[in-house]
Amino acid sequence: MSALTSTLDPHDPEYRRRRESMLAKLAELDAEHAKALAGGGDKYVERHRRRGKLLARERIELLVDPDAPFLELSPLAAWGSDFPVGASVVTGIGVVEGVECMIVANDPTVRGGSSNPWTVKKSFRASDIALENRLPVINLVESGGADLPTQKEIFIPGGRMFRDLTRLSAAGIPTIALVFGNSTAGGAYIPGMCDHVVMVKERAKVFLGGPPLVKMATGEESDDEELGGAEMHARTSGLADYMAVDEADALRLGRQIVARLNHRRLGPAPGPVTEPRYDAEELAGIVPEDLKVPFDPREVIARIVDGSQFDEFKPLYGTSLVTGWARLHGYPIGILANAQGVLFSAEAQKAAQFIQLANQADTPLLFLHNTTGYMVGKEYEQGGIIKHGALMINAVANSRVPHISIMMGASYGAGNYGMCGRAYDPRFLFTWPSAKSAVMGPQQLAGVLSIVARAAAEARAAAEARGQAYDEDADRAMREMVEAQIEAESLPFFLSGRLYDDGVIDPRDTRTVLGLCLSVIHNAPVRGADGFGVFRM
Amino acid sequence: MEAIGTLLVANRGEIARRVFRTCRDLGIGTVAVFSDADAGAPHVRDAARAVRLPGAAPAQTYLRGDLIVEAAVAAGADAIHPGYGFLSENAAFARAVRDAGLTWVGPPPEAIEAMGSKVAAKKLMADAGVPVLPELDPDAVTEDDLPILVKAAAGGGGRGMRVVGTLAGLPDAVAGAAREAQSAFGDPTVFCEPLLGAARHIEVQVLADRHGTVWALGERECSIQRRHQKIVEEAPSAAVGPELRARLCAAAVEAARAIGYVGAGTVEFLLAPDGRFFFLEVNTRLQVEHPVTECVHGVDLVRLQIEVAEGARLAPRPPEPRGHAIEVRLYAEDPTQDWRPSSGALHTFEVPGVDARFAVPASYGLRLDSGVESGGEVGIHYDPMLAKVIAWAPTRAAAARRLAAALRDARVHGLTTNRELLVRILTEPCFLAGETDTAYLDRHPPFNRGTGQVPACAGATADLTAPLADGDAVRLSALAAALADADANRKAATVLGGLPSGWRNVPSQPQRKSYQGADGEIEVAYRFTRDGLVAEGHSGVACLAAGPVVTLEADGVRRDFAVRRVGDAVYVDSDLGPVALRALPRFTDPSVRIAPGSLVAPMPGTVVRVEVERGAAVTAGQALVVLEAMKMEHRIAAPSAGVVTELNVSAGQQVEAGAVLAVITEENHQ
Repeated sequence: MSALTSTLDPHDPEYRRRRESMLAKLAELDAEHAKALAGGGDKYVERHRRRGKLLARERIELLVDPDAPFLELSPLAAWGSDFPVGASVVTGIGVVEGVECMIVANDPTVRGGSSNPWTVKKSFRASDIALENRLPVINLVESGGADLPTQKEIFIPGGRMFRDLTRLSAAGIPTIALVFGNSTAGGAYIPGMCDHVVMVKERAKVFLGGPPLVKMATGEESDDEELGGAEMHARTSGLADYMAVDEADALRLGRQIVARLNHRRLGPAPGPVTEPRYDAEELAGIVPEDLKVPFDPREVIARIVDGSQFDEFKPLYGTSLVTGWARLHGYPIGILANAQGVLFSAEAQKAAQFIQLANQADTPLLFLHNTTGYMVGKEYEQGGIIKHGALMINAVANSRVPHISIMMGASYGAGNYGMCGRAYDPRFLFTWPSAKSAVMGPQQLAGVLSIVARAAAEARAAAEARGQAYDEDADRAMREMVEAQIEAESLPFFLSGRLYDDGVIDPRDTRTVLGLCLSVIHNAPVRGADGFGVFRM
Repeated sequence: MEAIGTLLVANRGEIARRVFRTCRDLGIGTVAVFSDADAGAPHVRDAARAVRLPGAAPAQTYLRGDLIVEAAVAAGADAIHPGYGFLSENAAFARAVRDAGLTWVGPPPEAIEAMGSKVAAKKLMADAGVPVLPELDPDAVTEDDLPILVKAAAGGGGRGMRVVGTLAGLPDAVAGAAREAQSAFGDPTVFCEPLLGAARHIEVQVLADRHGTVWALGERECSIQRRHQKIVEEAPSAAVGPELRARLCAAAVEAARAIGYVGAGTVEFLLAPDGRFFFLEVNTRLQVEHPVTECVHGVDLVRLQIEVAEGARLAPRPPEPRGHAIEVRLYAEDPTQDWRPSSGALHTFEVPGVDARFAVPASYGLRLDSGVESGGEVGIHYDPMLAKVIAWAPTRAAAARRLAAALRDARVHGLTTNRELLVRILTEPCFLAGETDTAYLDRHPPFNRGTGQVPACAGATADLTAPLADGDAVRLSALAAALADADANRKAATVLGGLPSGWRNVPSQPQRKSYQGADGEIEVAYRFTRDGLVAEGHSGVACLAAGPVVTLEADGVRRDFAVRRVGDAVYVDSDLGPVALRALPRFTDPSVRIAPGSLVAPMPGTVVRVEVERGAAVTAGQALVVLEAMKMEHRIAAPSAGVVTELNVSAGQQVEAGAVLAVITEENHQ
């Protein structure tokens, strides 16, 4: 094994500048996270507390094992939309009775915990993670149902929520609902579809139709408790398996249920763990503010893998992509990391071979993105860059070992695909605040539009035989506008808001996040692909 | 010379271990006896051979002379040492030992008999010219005689002893003392004598051989007592000068000669403030507090006992004394709860800096004679003394300082002890000034409540039972406990154990842990950030290490907290003082929540009497149930006025600690 040697100099003014830039972005991230933490705001938080209820994150904290880590997922969901940051639901992976579980908790301080289109997308993402990684799901339910003004975005796709629950169950993945409050109409199917149901006495309200609706439908007089109280469901309907005396008791019962699940991890156990030889703190000072300046991803690898030990594969070939083997929190991984931004034919072929090797060895893959995409130009097109890029995309798309992607810097064009962007279903995808992702860089995109527009104008002028000059002012204004729009749409908060990642993380937490994800992944079997698509040669 | 080959110790605990130590030094084989409760006790392991005495109660075991003689014969012992207590002053047992052809390491049965009745002994001593206190006839006591002391004629150790301050209280005191005497010594005889106000308890160690040599090895002062049980003992006494010492020793030798004494014994006196002294009794055995004499005189009293029993001659004169020795008795008892004994598991018992165990340190130093070890059990059947800790130093002040430090730094987990009281006494101005007498505790808070007395010297400690750890120390200790618990949680984690403690990518709140302290619940809220520990209410406290030892830096001062957790009990030791906490559960199963108003047994014991019936209206403080545990009666009283809505026990029933005995429902709650 060979250990990486870092050449990063923390006293270098460049390092300090990079670090300051990153810390400023992290401060912005904290501010955005604070919006999610604020839920529905002081007024609704106060009202919720006055009712003697715990906040969503307080419920989670009481549910998970003391001092164990908790990874909140998609905290910026709905960022940049009309809905509050966080999308009125908290999802994350926590340890309950020694079992990694997917926890989905409605935030009842945000419009009564009602589901908007982003809530639904965020919940689906949680379901996907649970299914792929065989995590028991614990729903902490208190929701006013669908946000009616946006029902068109919710009603039809939203049915997946219930489908997912029972499919998880069918796959042998336990589902649990702890009902703290409203769970009515469609929401009633959350406990309805779960394997284990706990309801809080005098708080849970689980019915298809409430008293007014029943009165309208059949003329019957009824009250909430008769229609859907915890007592009724525990004693009469049997929908509740356990009745909790209060919220804490429901969480206790939830833990008790998990303790009896007889959960088994199906992936191999981790080996011994050694800390990296270099300080994770320095990860804040690696990525240049200007993504045009490349950086050596080995400086990142040296700070995230066990013992900073990294056995590089094909180090002399296709050097713009670093590939190699390492361990992270005891789990073996293969790493693909962009070094010089551009992917040439050699890099693409190297990646395709490396991904196949990982599949042969059942080794999970980590993609560290900082790519501007596949090389363009006559020489490269003629050299077969498309078919070589296709090799890499074929290998990534059909690889069956778990993938994790970290967006460190740029992730542009087809490079995003080849490096296992969101569409290639990595098990997890996290973004550093320094990252940008789009079809191409904002300047390039604006420039391309300008060239195309200029060519069209010139052609038009020639056709009409007019000597009219191209409107340079209008072109500049167009380029500036496009650049600003693309810039905004390539930034982490925007992309995270649209659920294109699982969260924006502090680079210094990368090893911890990856360690947690690798552990989560190993709840399911880890097996490579038996075959790939036809590799065009 | 009848050389002893193998010796059986008819005793348990520290004294058995102490005798075995000498036996090993002399090359004498060792035999222990043990009750079922003591099957795993250290004294059994210390002996080469051990014989079981079936049962647990002393009457079935350590008081069964017949079984013990049989055990000695069966195990091939040729001598028996009785230790103290149990059969040590039982003349019939001494005879039985001799009749079985075994060597009795103790005084002649006749001497035991002569001193066995305190009444008769006083008369004998008076006849021999030793000053005695007058004996009072209980029926003839008048107001002028008060206060008086009621004492059991047999036995000692404070049992069967009562102070009477009013004539009205006399009959009850006599009856109570007689009952206790009957239970403890099998003899209900009691007598009364005047109670000397500020007298000191002074005793002289004597040692006599069969050849007419009688040593007086100076005096010990054992004035500081609780319930007539000595807890601090020292040699020499701060109140005895050379002239008085000479008179005391002469009187002691006189007393020993008067009864033809052979072996080690102690002549006890009361020393009045005016310098007059009165004979109290002769203890015809080795005393608990003998180590202070051993230290100061550089002798091994057990070795000398054995040699005398073997017929050896003592040197004409005892060795000269050197320095000052103080012994404290570390008891498993709660000084703030009427000395209620504490029983159960002793998870940790560590005294730092011990120079010698059961022996005199080579030079000045710390001696430990303990009957218990870490992981042991203190049962309800026997005396709850855990250990004797002895400091020997050139001066009294130096000995007190050394001993206080050893006790302060000791780690004692699982049982309530008098350790902190002992530290407070050893550092208290009156004690350090030598102002000790048998009413010492009665003058000092909190024990002076109701006595109307006040400490005699300036700067006296406000509360002798106050914990060494103050409120801030307890809060800091609770933080250390939480951090140690967090570390243990991480180490025990089956998944993600290698990740940072309590890590959050979106932190919303701290980790919370609650502990029950002596003065209420303490919540600790903490979080580890990139910049280290952040704990609510502990700004400026940094955590430098967290494990079984937590290192905290508070206000620039670094300090280690040793944390031991056993079940939900958490013990935190630091130089701020020991802190015992109970980790409160995050959740309580509703089915095991105890109803408010429930009265639980404070310790395992037997229900002696039930004084109310279900449905009875009771007033606050009214006795409901009387529990007997460790030879003491404990009243379980109503905490408030109300109605007995549940009554779960009846007389004679054995109950576990924590068992709900009764439930009182307050009137307005019905």
